[in-house]
Amino acid sequence: MAVTITIPTALRQYAAGKATVVLEADNVGALLRGLVEQHPTLGKHLFGEDGRLRSFVNVYVGDEDIRYLAGEATPLQAGETVSIIPAIAGGTR
Amino acid sequence: MSNIALSNEEIRRYSRHLIMPEVGMAGQRRLKQGSVLLIGSGGLGSPLALYLAAAGVGHIGLVDFDVVDESNLQRQIVHGTATVGKPKTASAQARMHDLNPFVEVTTYETQITSANALELLQPYDVIIDGTDNFPTRYLTNDASVLLGKPNVYGSIFRFEGQATVFSPKDGGPCYRCLYPEPPPPGLVPSCAEGGVLGVLPGVIGTIQATEAIKLITGIGETLVGRLMLYDALAMRFRELKLRRNPACPVCGDHPTVTTLIDYDQFCGIFPESSTLGSQDAITPVELAALLQSDERPYLLDVRNPYEVEIATIPGTDKLIPVDQLQERLNELDTALEMVVYCRSGVRSGRAVELLKSAGFRKLKNLTGGILRWSSDVDASVPRY
Repeated sequence: MAVTITIPTALRQYAAGKATVVLEADNVGALLRGLVEQHPTLGKHLFGEDGRLRSFVNVYVGDEDIRYLAGEATPLQAGETVSIIPAIAGGTR
Repeated sequence: MSNIALSNEEIRRYSRHLIMPEVGMAGQRRLKQGSVLLIGSGGLGSPLALYLAAAGVGHIGLVDFDVVDESNLQRQIVHGTATVGKPKTASAQARMHDLNPFVEVTTYETQITSANALELLQPYDVIIDGTDNFPTRYLTNDASVLLGKPNVYGSIFRFEGQATVFSPKDGGPCYRCLYPEPPPPGLVPSCAEGGVLGVLPGVIGTIQATEAIKLITGIGETLVGRLMLYDALAMRFRELKLRRNPACPVCGDHPTVTTLIDYDQFCGIFPESSTLGSQDAITPVELAALLQSDERPYLLDVRNPYEVEIATIPGTDKLIPVDQLQERLNELDTALEMVVYCRSGVRSGRAVELLKSAGFRKLKNLTGGILRWSSDVDASVPRY
């Protein structure tokens, strides 16, 4: 199942500058693990030491937050877009 | 509510609003009766201050403790070259008064804190978050929720922006429903470190101003329950669904946060967060003398390559961006006396801590970084 995952600006430096990555995965957890396998330094930005997604990183399938779907077990359809949306604080003082 | 009168001068000024039935006299009177508190008079605050004043929002409060700096003017268009060095609140107030003398602007030249937040927010109908750091964002959120006021949120980074309206009293989520906890300090770069496209806060701040005007006039469909994402490079807007979390500690069914807390602590920011002491530091003047001597230290730059193009300290031996340091330790020699520097001394402080924990001992952090090198040693090195 080829799925597109969008990398936010703040994390692109850990993903070789890429804005999107296309990966084969059946669910969100597998997709994120596949992404971290390709770009290991992304790992500590997405997952805490307990191995769970960090609470300032939200993951959306389409326009829906996976916390309100099935979390990392949320199944993926071919052609779907998964977005990583981290907290950003800038307002530029 | 709508018995407040508009003068003939105001009717001429607001004519393009008045001839639209969606606003009309009733909407314009609501704007005149309305009040907005702008937290932050910087990048987001600039278009907000200008458009809300121009639209005739009757009372606008400005909270900011900063002064206008030259490097602000690339994006903070409410200020100007003539107000560099002046308080941002006074600078914005003067410009807003020139744009529309019919609106009242109250300035609070102070930092919003847990001690003063409720008092600051209380008199206003709509709160606007144009701040630049996580502690103030969580503080603004919690104070708005506790007072039952809508919080018009906007945030930017480099080429990307987010905007929404947090209003639990209208059934929507709050900031903590979206992000229950902030990132630990240092993991997400700030705008000062990461940079920002100057027009980006113009787009996001203008979206916030639009939402504030809709909230006050009661027209249209607000961003409650929707997160608007903007990518300036791709020139793409996207929208995500936001839901109220029933277990949210602030706006949930059984809130556990019922008063304001210590937000620096909540965000992991402690005054003594660094383990570095004065023995780990070297001033630019001391470094300059060392570089001339026989005991020339190894000079490590931990900035990004594109920063080197702007300015560098002559004689730098190696460039390793701080984010790559952990993986590239093998390129460094623990036996060498080493001085580490960055732009201001913050990233190099992190680098020194990391190197110490990896067994390096002969280390110094350049205090004030290249900025202080420029002011104390070599003025020909540009400050950025």
